[in-house]
Amino acid sequence: MKALTVRNIVVGALLVFLALVPVYSQMTGNLFLMTLFTRIVILAIAAVSLNLIMGFGGMVSFGHAAFLGIAGYAVGILAHEGINSGFIQWPVALIACALFALATGALSLRTRGVYFIMITLAFAQMIYYVGVSLDRYGADDGLTIYRRSDFAGLINLSNKTTFYYVCFICLVGTCYLVWRIVNSRFGLAIQGARSNERRMRAIGFPTYRYRLTCYVIAGVLCGLSGILLANHTDFISPAVMHWTRSGDLIVMAVLGGMGSVLGPVMGAVALLVLEEWLPHAISVVGEFVTGRPVVAAKEYWALILGPMLLLVVLFARGGIDGLLEKIRRG
Amino acid sequence: MADALLSVEGITKRFGGVLASDGITLSLPAGELHAIIGPNGAGKTTLIGQLTGEITPNSGRIIFDGQDITALPTYQRSMRGLARSFQITSLFADFTALDNVALAVQAHAGNSFHFWRNARTEEELRAPARAALERVGLSHRADNLVSSISHGEQRQLEIAMALATNPRMLLLDEPMAGMGPEESARMVKLLLELKKQYTILLIEHDMEAVFALADRISVLVYGRVIATGLPDAIRANAEVRQAYLGEQEAVVVNG
Repeated sequence: MKALTVRNIVVGALLVFLALVPVYSQMTGNLFLMTLFTRIVILAIAAVSLNLIMGFGGMVSFGHAAFLGIAGYAVGILAHEGINSGFIQWPVALIACALFALATGALSLRTRGVYFIMITLAFAQMIYYVGVSLDRYGADDGLTIYRRSDFAGLINLSNKTTFYYVCFICLVGTCYLVWRIVNSRFGLAIQGARSNERRMRAIGFPTYRYRLTCYVIAGVLCGLSGILLANHTDFISPAVMHWTRSGDLIVMAVLGGMGSVLGPVMGAVALLVLEEWLPHAISVVGEFVTGRPVVAAKEYWALILGPMLLLVVLFARGGIDGLLEKIRRG
Repeated sequence: MADALLSVEGITKRFGGVLASDGITLSLPAGELHAIIGPNGAGKTTLIGQLTGEITPNSGRIIFDGQDITALPTYQRSMRGLARSFQITSLFADFTALDNVALAVQAHAGNSFHFWRNARTEEELRAPARAALERVGLSHRADNLVSSISHGEQRQLEIAMALATNPRMLLLDEPMAGMGPEESARMVKLLLELKKQYTILLIEHDMEAVFALADRISVLVYGRVIATGLPDAIRANAEVRQAYLGEQEAVVVNG
């Protein structure tokens, strides 16, 4: 905020762009763009929440998508049982996420490093299979949500523009909250525990309870993302909690940059736009080279995305955000 | 001793077949600077580990300020006023020097479940942190990242962090480790100053420093205290000379 650095200009431009997506969509009638960016904004919330524990807390969770599913199922199941009020659905979903985070975090945080990664993955897979076995609620076919969360006429989530702005405000709110947390006493304690936990204990910090609290906060924030995602797709299925989805969230945070609050937002935008745009680009290039449409080549977009990620990990440790910071220093 | 601030009563620690601590008994009255010397592998670090709570002894008791702390976790010992510095510099590398010390202050300023206010602007944390930096002569480095200051300065910062926890007693694990002669001399000066205010248990290899600072010295060999006494008595002790000081005799005589 202090200086007009390249990084701050890009961040500012991105936020303005995100705020204006519905305006552009309505002017051009390009509704696809708004659908895509609604999804991007929602998953950015999840990535920001993951980065609170991963980037700032040093807790690399490979099961963060579990919270997307838990919150989504809370909304879906309540809707299925005829409870459509958002005033009930949303708190229930967030509380469910908090309880799951508390229970699994209490166990997972007794381990370190690769064991922590594995145990969070294991808990997420457990929940995934719980979803698969929910026969009453569609099992692995998933559950259609016929009505979006109802806020007694105060706000109509079925309106695409309204819904987009609800998501956007949730993202901005989440980023602001995480930013406050990161710079608070609590946030410094968390970052200290990432940096040197032994020293933290030696100077008098009971690190475990702070790390666990942080884990629960991140789970609840990701739950918010899950609520929005279920409302966005009008559908919930176990696929939302698949481990590859947790992997996507990690990629967003790493790609965007784990060192800052907004890095994962950039990562979410970059990853999901590339995912959408690369197949398209491949088929255009393919047609140009071979002279005829090559539909099958579309499937290979990951072959291009993979090396790009590799380059980021190898040469740009700070992700996109880190790269932008470097431009300033020349 | 009735007025001992710290007493260690026969602690024993086994690692498999190795007796790292063999019935160690020590007693430190308030105000004393007690040095522990001994060859590598004598069990000095194991002893510190047990005093700070990172290692649990197999038997024996540790009494601090009249209370048995043998089973207390590390952070609670810190809360009671037992502060340590680390042999291998152990800081928060991606924080500034001032952030490091402020975190130590924060640990003793109530719980850290404060999620909103910017901790880096809280005078309640920053002022005592600045004072601790000043005390060890590091004020000019306050805003430098720890990873960018010299090794000697990092050693000073170690001490500042221990001081910032408002301790009653300091456990200093080789504060001179890896320092040049000039830096060592500065550290000795600082410790002479701190000695007036704190009870100190000093583990150190630098004999010149030990004999310049210590009120009493204990010699640890193979996990056992083979001698405790005034510096002159230790220097003259035949068993100590044979076990440990032999090769360093020249230094001792000159020192």
